[in-house]
Amino acid sequence: MEMTLTVNGTSHTADVEPRTLLVHHIREGIGLTGTNVGCDTTSCGACTVLLDGQSIKSCTVLAVQVDGQSVTTIEGLAGADGTMHPVQAAFREHHGLQCGYCTPGMVMAAVSLLAEQPNPDERAVREGIEGNLCRCTGYHNIVQAVLSAASAQEGGS
Amino acid sequence: MIPAAFDYQRVDSVDAAVAALGEHGDEAKLLAGGHSLLPLMKLRLATPSVLIDLGRVQELSYVQDRGDHIAIGALTRHHVLHTSGLLATDAPLLAHAAGQVGDPQVRHRGTLGGSIAHGDPASDLPAVLLALRATLVARGPEGNRSIAVDDFFVGFLETALRPDEVLTEVQVPKVTGQGWSFQKMNRRAQDWAIVGVACVLSGTAAGIGLVNMASRPLRASATEAALAGGASLADAAQAAAEGAEASADLNASAEFREHLARVLVRRALEESAAGGRSAARV
Repeated sequence: MEMTLTVNGTSHTADVEPRTLLVHHIREGIGLTGTNVGCDTTSCGACTVLLDGQSIKSCTVLAVQVDGQSVTTIEGLAGADGTMHPVQAAFREHHGLQCGYCTPGMVMAAVSLLAEQPNPDERAVREGIEGNLCRCTGYHNIVQAVLSAASAQEGGS
Repeated sequence: MIPAAFDYQRVDSVDAAVAALGEHGDEAKLLAGGHSLLPLMKLRLATPSVLIDLGRVQELSYVQDRGDHIAIGALTRHHVLHTSGLLATDAPLLAHAAGQVGDPQVRHRGTLGGSIAHGDPASDLPAVLLALRATLVARGPEGNRSIAVDDFFVGFLETALRPDEVLTEVQVPKVTGQGWSFQKMNRRAQDWAIVGVACVLSGTAAGIGLVNMASRPLRASATEAALAGGASLADAAQAAAEGAEASADLNASAEFREHLARVLVRRALEESAAGGRSAARV
């Protein structure tokens, strides 16, 4: 069926088979491959994107379910001039990654968390990213990065 | 993993959903947030030939004060329940437990009605509705009917909903002066509970729902009766696994589940008796 999805501010209309998962539509239909497929079972969070601003796991949503809505992927965070989003900058500053596979999902989960809780403590950060698994177990620096991004946003607002 | 092919129908009202169910019968499944159904479809454990998407039925997303109870639209998402000021005041057990379902991403998509209609004994919220003695409202071709939660869960993934009915609303009595507690034993934050307990307590009147202790969400009837008969909290908790049919899996033997039920029910009763969690901790 024909559907329209706004991804990172750009509208995409396509003929999509109803059983197509949102993550596959983003990666293969629209061609944005920053969103990863990890476990494919709603567990690992590698496929996390924002749907109308809220984090979701795009392996567990049909593309046709979000017809007419707006999705933000990792490619949509940086400014047009390449300036990194504060959460991206904090992940780089604090080396919040090891192999990097979980990173796009971690960053999107963190952006959603900070939109809901601008000043989380460490426990709130850990709970806020509980839907994202890092198999390098690099959580320490990820948590530091999210806390740092929170204080950077606070300082900048 | 890709689901088997199906015909997709989007409806914009409950009546349209009922009509679509009447047309397609057993071949159709209703799709709400999809966080129970889509994983089953990806594993091809469910292969409906028609999916009726309720996602745009705006009339089913609400939390309303109805005097002696709170009415919640079936498509209200877990995140909305968790952050509802009304529920934090009048049904804090439900607000808290909704924040323990899955993880933030799951709570942004999953719906109360979807979880209840799925009827999974391992889900958190069916046990909460048992504890709160909720009433469920379903709409079919003949109109609305109310179903007491004790009559709703009839078997594994099986509910009292008829094939042409849509679960539309959950009604929970307001709790005033009741202590409450939600206990969930799992290995990782986002996992299903190995065993869970939802509890409200007012004097010797308790409502206790058990997660994952039978093929359906289960009321801890023996513990409730023991409390009503004057038993101490600790003694009543010893009866928590009576009537249970706990299963064994990689996480726990049946015996360990029964042990967990007794321990978690005791903790839940003690926390409830101590005044329960305050709204601020929801």
